Amino acid sequence: MTTLSLDSVFRRLRATDAYRSIVRHGASATNRNRSLIVFENLFLHVHPVKVREKTLRFTHTYWLGGIALACALILTATGVLLMFYYHPSVPQAYRDMRELEFVVDNGLFLRNMHRWAAHLMVFASFLHMMRVFFHRAYRPPRQFNWVVGVVLLLVTLLLSYTGYLLPWDQLAFWGVSVGTNMAKEAPLIGEKARFLLLGGNIVSENALLRFYVLHCVVLPVALLLLLSVHIWRVRKDGGVQGPPEKPSSREEVR
Amino acid sequence: MSALPPIDLVETADPIATPRRVALVRPDRRPSVRTTDEKYVMTFPNLIVREVILFQVVVIGLAVAAILFDAPLEGIANPLETPNPAKAPWYFLGLQELLHYFPPVVAGVLMPLLVVVALVVIPYARINQTAGPLWAGAGPRRALTLAAAGGAVIALFGVFKCWPIVVPTAGTLVAMFAARGGENGGAFRRALAKGTLPEWIMVWFAVVATILTIIGTFFRGPGWSFVWPWAQTVAF
Repeated sequence: MTTLSLDSVFRRLRATDAYRSIVRHGASATNRNRSLIVFENLFLHVHPVKVREKTLRFTHTYWLGGIALACALILTATGVLLMFYYHPSVPQAYRDMRELEFVVDNGLFLRNMHRWAAHLMVFASFLHMMRVFFHRAYRPPRQFNWVVGVVLLLVTLLLSYTGYLLPWDQLAFWGVSVGTNMAKEAPLIGEKARFLLLGGNIVSENALLRFYVLHCVVLPVALLLLLSVHIWRVRKDGGVQGPPEKPSSREEVR
Repeated sequence: MSALPPIDLVETADPIATPRRVALVRPDRRPSVRTTDEKYVMTFPNLIVREVILFQVVVIGLAVAAILFDAPLEGIANPLETPNPAKAPWYFLGLQELLHYFPPVVAGVLMPLLVVVALVVIPYARINQTAGPLWAGAGPRRALTLAAAGGAVIALFGVFKCWPIVVPTAGTLVAMFAARGGENGGAFRRALAKGTLPEWIMVWFAVVATILTIIGTFFRGPGWSFVWPWAQTVAF
């Protein structure tokens, strides 16, 4: 009689054809398997299989880009859940906020999480930009990725700003009114741009619908595309760049 | 620094052909390979585990914040009832604070546009690639130029009575001059002395932006008058 242990169950599972068709690398802790884990996985293969040890140090990047990315993931997850309970119309939008607060299970928690993650993402993105500047990580070949980063910061601000209107309370309404009144001042295009953004001359239910579509579809797609370019270029340019390095004295030409 | 191939060199247009290159190697120079003994580690598990932990820390931190602090929700939007003051989200309150001193087209359009343009051109401006410590090898002329430039900025914002910019500008200028000859001073002055001109400008920008945002968020009440933070409710 064979003893049935968890380990033996896993071992048998791993030996099945179905498992082998999904996970192609072995389970033993060899460097070959560690490499395969990274480059045979769609989501991990943006990493190289080996990284410079010093890039793992906290002071190399302060993980600020990572914090912003983590916020983006959390915002996507909580945002999709919030969409199940939200109608972008007046006055239902505001009633949905009240329902989130009093009726929906964990609705308030969901909204709180979404809001604080949004603020943290803006803040972390700004700090990330400062970190990159003071580490002079914008130098060749990374110049264009800096520009992509600036655009990403603007998209992040727009995402936060369009989301600010959606609760349709006094705070949201007047916050957006103040901001869009500033846009009106731009010479030549100001008035027209504001009309296009709001779908009218004042913040109304047309504006709510437009901000909703921008917030839930247009800007997240823009963020996803730009973020992909941003991260892909980090990899192509040799990984994250920390503080400026002097050419290593131990580096030699053979 | 990067070894990019020349962009307008076409070796062959035939996709099947094997590209051939002829290299002439001089006897005194041989093809060399750059090697380094810098330490590398496997991405899995070293980096992946750290990324997972980072994500978990962010999730836990935000979950705790979400339990402790509720997102603000005021009464339903009413276009007929203007709150005083009506404030934009916090990250725009620096700009809204500027509205207090400048015409709207300057504070709301020109200045943000200048900031974005200035940020975009950073990697393409030569000074950001080559700048050394501000005072390294500097004669009296640099001090004069800096004092004049700083004085001009202070005068410009002083005309508009924009003290939240004037004061940090003066502070930055004082710190810049304190860094002069700081290589022989204490640890703090030695650190200051390492700053390049672009770094000083970015520090100035960050300090000004932070001060404007803090004033706009915490110190502005009805009619954009000065109030103490504890005399009002601040909603994020």
